[in-house]
Amino acid sequence: MKFVLDAEQRLFGETLHKLLTETGTPALIRRWAAGDRDRTLWTALAEAGVFTLAVPERHDGAGLLPVELVVALHELGRHAVPGPIVETLAAAVLLGEADDEALGARWLPRIAAGEAVVSLVAPAVVRRALDADAADLTLLVDGEEVWSALPEGSAVRSLDPARRLFPVVAGERLAAGPAVPRAAAAAYDLGVLACSAQLVGLGRALLDTTVVYARTRRQFGRAIGEFQAVKHHLANVLTGLEFARPLVYGAALSFGSPDFARDVSAAKVAASDAAYAAARVALQVHGAIGYTDEYDPSLWIRKVRALHSAWGTPAEHRARVLAVPR
Amino acid sequence: MDLDLSPVEPFQAEVRAWLRRNVPATPLPSLETEAGFTAHRAWERALGAERLSAVSWPEAYGGRGASPLEWLVFEEEYYAAGAPGRVSQNGINLLAPTLFAHGTTEQLERVLPPMAAGEVIWAQAWSEPGAGSDLAALRATATRVDGGWRLNGQKTWSSRAAFADRAFGLFRSDPAAERHRGLTYLMFPLDAEGVTVRPIGRLDGRPAFAELFLDDVFVPDRDVIGEPGQGWAVAMSTAGNERGLTLRSPGRFLAATDRLLALWREHGADPLLRDRVADAWIKARAYRLKGFETISRTDDIGAEASVNKVFWSELDVELHETALDVLGPDAELEGDWLEGYVFSLAGPIYAGTNEIQRNVIAERVLGLPRERRVGG
Ligand SMILES: Cc1cc2nc3c(=O)[nH]c(=O)nc-3n(C[C@H](O)[C@H](O)[C@H](O)COP(=O)(O)OP(=O)(O)OC[C@H]3O[C@@H](n4cnc5c(N)ncnc54)[C@H](O)[C@@H]3O)c2cc1C
Repeated sequence: MKFVLDAEQRLFGETLHKLLTETGTPALIRRWAAGDRDRTLWTALAEAGVFTLAVPERHDGAGLLPVELVVALHELGRHAVPGPIVETLAAAVLLGEADDEALGARWLPRIAAGEAVVSLVAPAVVRRALDADAADLTLLVDGEEVWSALPEGSAVRSLDPARRLFPVVAGERLAAGPAVPRAAAAAYDLGVLACSAQLVGLGRALLDTTVVYARTRRQFGRAIGEFQAVKHHLANVLTGLEFARPLVYGAALSFGSPDFARDVSAAKVAASDAAYAAARVALQVHGAIGYTDEYDPSLWIRKVRALHSAWGTPAEHRARVLAVPR
Repeated sequence: MDLDLSPVEPFQAEVRAWLRRNVPATPLPSLETEAGFTAHRAWERALGAERLSAVSWPEAYGGRGASPLEWLVFEEEYYAAGAPGRVSQNGINLLAPTLFAHGTTEQLERVLPPMAAGEVIWAQAWSEPGAGSDLAALRATATRVDGGWRLNGQKTWSSRAAFADRAFGLFRSDPAAERHRGLTYLMFPLDAEGVTVRPIGRLDGRPAFAELFLDDVFVPDRDVIGEPGQGWAVAMSTAGNERGLTLRSPGRFLAATDRLLALWREHGADPLLRDRVADAWIKARAYRLKGFETISRTDDIGAEASVNKVFWSELDVELHETALDVLGPDAELEGDWLEGYVFSLAGPIYAGTNEIQRNVIAERVLGLPRERRVGG
C-alpha cells in the first residue's frame, strides 16, 4: 500500500503548474469571460497529455487514467482554467463506451490531440452546455440516444463570468442503443471526479493566496495573520481540504469497481464543502478587496460557488452515497 | 411586558395602503447600475413626497416624527411589500443621525430636506486602502485654509459613490496628532474640483462602490460637522447606528425569509432543506423581537449593537445560501436570489467586520481581557 502520488505523477502535476503559471491564467480567464475563444492554452494542455487521459489507447489516448486525471484537474483548478475541460473529458468517456467504433474513431483522436473541444448536456444531471459557443461538438444524451446538439438562443450568465451556459436543441442523432445509458453513467461519474479535483485545486489556491495576504496585510500595527480569529479561519480551511483530497484520490482508485459511483459522490460532497469554505474565508479575510471583480482571487471565489452545484448538487451526491447498492 | 402593536396600527395601515398602490409592479433594475440608480432615485422622490423616506425624522425636515416602534413597523411593511432597495440609505442611516447629534441647525435645515426628497444622495467616505478595520490609521488630510479646508488623499470602498452627489468622511486635520486624535468630520460634493471618482466592480461586476481621489478639494467651514479635531467622537456616534438596527432592520429579514419559504414550497418543499428554511425563518423572528427589546430599553445599548450586526449579517448569508440550495443546479444562474446572495456576502465585512464585532462583544460586553494590538 502506498497512498501517495509517485514521482512521475508529481512531475506531471508540476509540469502543468509551471505551464499554467507561465500562461498567467487571470488575464486568460478575463479574456475568456469576454468571449475570446483562443485555443493556445487548450493546445498546450493537449500537448502535455491532459486530453489523452480519458481516451482509449486504440483511439490515440493513454487509456483511462483516473489518478493522472485527478492530478491534472487539481492543477487546472488551482489556476482556475476556464473552458469545457471536464465536459470534454466526460464526452471522451461517453464516446469511448457508446459501443460505436466509427463514432469513436471520428472524435476521440481529435479530442486526445486537443483538436476537438466538446461540451455536453445530460438533461437530468447536466442541464446546460458549458461554453457551447467554443465547442466543435456539443453532445446531448437522452436515454438510449446520443445527439449532436446546437445552442438554442443566448447563453445564461453564471456567477462565474467565465462560464456561459447554453440551452440546446437536438440536431443529428449520433448513436443509439443499450450501451448509451451505461456510457452516460460512466461519463457522468468521471465528470464528477474531475469536477471534484478541480474544486480541491481551487480551494487550495484560495487558501495559499489568503495565507500570503494575511501575512502581508497590516491593520492595528500588525499583520492580520497575527489575529487568532484570522488564524483559526485559515486552519479550518486547511483541515477541510486535507480531508477532501484523499477522498478524491480514493475515488480515482476505485475507478472500474462497483463502488466508483458512490466514491465520486463522496468526493464531490467533501470537495465542494471544503472549497466553498475556502472561498468564504478567502473573501472574509481579504475584506473589501476580495469583494471586487478586479481582484484576481475573486475569479476563483466565483468559480467555486458555480462548481459547488455543477455536476450534481451536494444534496444529490449525498443521496447517491447512501443509495448506490453495495 | 407586552407586545401590543395596536397604537401603531393606524400608521401601519396607512403605510401598507400607500405601498400597495405605489410599489412598482416590476422590480427596478439593480441599484448598483447607472440606470437602476436613476430609477431608485425617482422612487426616493416618491417616498419623500409622502414623507415616507425618513419617517423617524422631525416633520420640519421631511419626516413624520415617527417613534422607534413606528419605524420598525414601517420597515416591516416596506420590505413585505417588496419595495425597492434604499439608494439613500447611507445618508439617512449614517449621516443624518450624526447631524442630529453634532450638526448645527443651519446644517440640519440645509442638508436634511433634500436628502429626504431624494434630491441629494450621499456616500460614506471613511475607509482608505490602509485603513479598513483600523479606521484610525487613516491618512487623507484636511488642511486649514482661508474660509475652510483643503482635502487631499484617497478614500475607497465608498458605496454607490459612482453615482451619488455628495460624501461625508473623516480626515486628518492635525498632521502631528496620531490615530484617533486630530481628525475632522467633513461633507463634500463628489463633483467638486479635485475629486476623481473611479467606480469599482463588486463580485458580480456591478459598480457598487468607488475609489475617491482628492486633490486640493475645497470645503467651506460650514461643511464641518462638530468641532474640528473631534472627528473620531463624531464618527463613532454614526458607527453605533450602523451596527445596531438601523442599517439592516428586522423587516428586511422577515420579508426575505417569507420569500424563502415560498421559494422552498414552489420547488417541492424538499424535506432535506426544511430545517434550514425553518431556522432562517425562526432567526428572522428572533431578530424582530430583539428589535422590540432594543427599542424598549432606556439605557444605551453601546457595544451590544455588535451582537445585532453579527446576527443579521450571518442570517443574511445563511438564508441566501439556503435559497441557492433550493435552486439546486440553477443556483449559479443570474437572478434575484443570486444578486441577494452576492450582496449578503459583504455583510460580514462592511460596517465593521464580524471578527472585529466578535472582539468587541468579547472584550466590551463580556469583559474578557483585551487582545494586544495598536489602538482599536
Ligand atoms: C460592499 C461593501 C461596501 C462598503 N461600503 C463602504 C462605504 O460606503 N464607505 C466606507 O468608508 N467603507 C465601505 N466599505 C469598507 C468597509 O468598511 C471595510 O471593508 C471594512 O471596514 C474592513 O476593512 P478592510 O476591507 O480593509 O479589511 P481589513 O481591515 O484589512 O481586514 C481584513 C481581515 O482581517 C480581519 N481583522 C482585521 N483586524 C482584526 C482584528 N483586530 N482582529 C481580528 N481580525 C481582524 C478582518 O476581520 C478581515 O477578516 C464597504 C465594504 C464592502 C465590502
